[in-house]
Amino acid sequence: MQAEEKFTDATWPAAPEKATLEGKNKYLGFWLFLGGETVLFASLFATYLALKDKVPNADHALAKDIFELPLTFITTVILLTSSLTSVYAMYHMKNNDFKKMQAWLLITVLLGAAFLGLEVYEFNHYVHEFHHTFTSSAFGSAFYTLVGFHGGHVAFGLVWIISLMVRNAKRGLNLYNAPKFYIASLYWHFIDVVWVFIFTVVYLMGMVG
Amino acid sequence: MSTYAKKKGFGATVWDYLTTVDHKKIAILYLIAGGLFFIVGGLEAMFIRIQLAVPDNDFVSAGLFNELITMHGTTMIFLAAMPLIFAFMNAVVPLQIGARDVAFPFLNAVGFWLFFFGGVFLNLSWFMGGAPDSGWTNYASLAMKSAGHGVDFYILGLQISGLGTLIAGINFLTTIINMRAPGMTYMRMPLFTWSTFVASALILFAFPPLTVGLVLAMFDRMFGSNFFDVAAGGNTIIWEHMFWIFGHPEVYILILPAFGVFSEVFATFSRKRLFGYSSMVFATVLIGFLGFMVWAHHMFTVGLGPIANAIFAVATMAIAVPTGIKIFNWLFTMWGGSVRFTTPMLWAVAFIPSFVAGGVTGIMLAAAPADYQYHDTYFVVAHFHYVIVGGVIFGLLAATHFYWPKMFGTLLNETLGKITFWLFLTGFHLTFFIQHFLGLMGMPRRVFTFLPGQGFETGNLISSIGALFMAVGILIMLYNIIVTSVRNVRVGNDPWEDGRTLEWAIPSPPPFYNFKQLPLVRGLDPYWVEKMEGKDEMTPAEPIGDIHMPNSTILPFVISLGLFVSAFGALYNVDNKDWTLPVMIIGLLITFGAMFIRSVKDDHGFHIHKEDLVNDDDKEVKA
Repeated sequence: MQAEEKFTDATWPAAPEKATLEGKNKYLGFWLFLGGETVLFASLFATYLALKDKVPNADHALAKDIFELPLTFITTVILLTSSLTSVYAMYHMKNNDFKKMQAWLLITVLLGAAFLGLEVYEFNHYVHEFHHTFTSSAFGSAFYTLVGFHGGHVAFGLVWIISLMVRNAKRGLNLYNAPKFYIASLYWHFIDVVWVFIFTVVYLMGMVG
Repeated sequence: MSTYAKKKGFGATVWDYLTTVDHKKIAILYLIAGGLFFIVGGLEAMFIRIQLAVPDNDFVSAGLFNELITMHGTTMIFLAAMPLIFAFMNAVVPLQIGARDVAFPFLNAVGFWLFFFGGVFLNLSWFMGGAPDSGWTNYASLAMKSAGHGVDFYILGLQISGLGTLIAGINFLTTIINMRAPGMTYMRMPLFTWSTFVASALILFAFPPLTVGLVLAMFDRMFGSNFFDVAAGGNTIIWEHMFWIFGHPEVYILILPAFGVFSEVFATFSRKRLFGYSSMVFATVLIGFLGFMVWAHHMFTVGLGPIANAIFAVATMAIAVPTGIKIFNWLFTMWGGSVRFTTPMLWAVAFIPSFVAGGVTGIMLAAAPADYQYHDTYFVVAHFHYVIVGGVIFGLLAATHFYWPKMFGTLLNETLGKITFWLFLTGFHLTFFIQHFLGLMGMPRRVFTFLPGQGFETGNLISSIGALFMAVGILIMLYNIIVTSVRNVRVGNDPWEDGRTLEWAIPSPPPFYNFKQLPLVRGLDPYWVEKMEGKDEMTPAEPIGDIHMPNSTILPFVISLGLFVSAFGALYNVDNKDWTLPVMIIGLLITFGAMFIRSVKDDHGFHIHKEDLVNDDDKEVKA
């Protein structure tokens, strides 16, 4: 099966991301990579839990002082929704509907950008309202490293998905780029799962003590 | 071969290796680079032993001694042992499973160049203001206070080379799962492939904690964070946990492939199927699993409490069980076999008592209350050199002699090989056996000198003499390599005559596409199965057809170079120089730019047409 071959709806395989050996390798290799990423974030979570509320003196803000539920709720809803829209994109990819896939990817990207914008606002807020910075305390270092690593992943994912959309805008789907779209969406889901843990461990547990 | 193997000039050969994505050439790159770092690490060891040969010596200063021990450990583990293991994994695993290449040839090259640039960066510290001096474990309580930029070289160099290792691990896992030839089921895979598989899984889960630990250290030293600054609420024990959650699996990442090599060597030179194949596989997986449960045995004296110490002590002792299974399986493989004592077999046979000695002291150290006595003495030094030299290095030297003909098409001289063996073996036991007693008598590790009249003189002198033996042994091996390469007597497919696995069924060195037709695997030790039926080649699993191959590219080199450049910016960032931020950004732009090019530029590889394959055959016959 040639990777660049043109397909009709009838000949488009059911699992285009795994129809070639290259696709199969990418699919498996990326799942493995996400396994490694899980350990990476687990280590960052462990560090955060060890250093939570560890500040030099009583003047420094603690977790229960700075986190606010409304803002975090909005960012969480936005990111979870973007995961859903990326599922729709993959649904249309599997149905060989390139235009609808691009449209849903675009919505995903916009939601991701909105999330990132709110996160920047949030960090800015902490720095100016509470003097809670990367260098102010061990708590600050751990918080910005964990949440910032996640934010960095979101930013990378945005650049990645946009590159894929632009690069393939004119030529549509084939078995060479279908795995690329698929693993980008896997990555996006992973970012989302990490955020669920950040929401729970950092924000919810931060607010109850 | 005529159409592809043209005579090339020196420049073209260098360019070929800079751009290669062929696993066999990447194996050679790993072998050369790892070999060079092995020599550097060996020289550092020699300087340590010269300094400690006599009491009150002033061959090196105390500060330089700290740099030497740090760089000896770091270089040997990260830049010598790991890459040399990757050399043989790359050279052998795709052949053993009947694949034409690894799953990700491009990433394979990225992995090598990241390791290489990381290693070069780390060693540049010697010429740029001093090497790291906080020990290879780089404990934060010491390292964060270390003056100069030595520790920064450690942090950034290991970060870069660690990324390369992670990539290599993912690559081998995918290759082994997806690229096996028809009939090569999991339970027919050779033990070296199995151990590569398990070691790669360990890499996948062990390297991210190291990455995080290094990131935290980097942020603290270069960007003003407070992870390890106790005054700001930080905690230095976090580093110890991160380091050892990585560090303990790391020793299994090193030893498992060595076990794999020995399994191949024992079966081949006993002319017998490996005894207890299934239990060998089981034991390998179990060691890999338990390897993650024992990291805190390096931290018994930190004060984690009796319950944590007890759990980790028991888990550590449990590893002796699967390891014991392996030892007995190797012995039973030889039992009743028709044993041939070639150089690789000598290494394998010598490995068993040496490694068992290291294992026994391992059990002693695992007893947490007793460890308070052994901790930070030469007893520990003796223990880990018995397992790492007696296990990993013996394995690598066995593999060097065993696989040399498959990699280079010529057989290393057996007489010189045996001289190397006896010198190195004698030197090894001279150096390290006595250190057990030095440790029990109370000599602490990492001291740059000792006083006369405390009973340490004889032991240290013997130890230093032993090191000289090992050095001479390695020099003779280098001489052997040069002589063999110059004589260049070509060998056939199966130079040891008793090859059992797929790699011995194809030419030495193999053509760049490895298998003209993918082989059909009909049992464990597939080549041996065919031999027993009177055939001298594998049954093909497919008709001759076009072969798809990846294109060479310089991008892996450029991606790695960018991080190398960027690291200089990060390193000098604390000095408030104007150029550091631009250098960081330019470096990252080079890396991400190259990744972007890779992403948007289609690379479909090329096809070797079946007519060319047939023609090649004709020419080989005529020539």
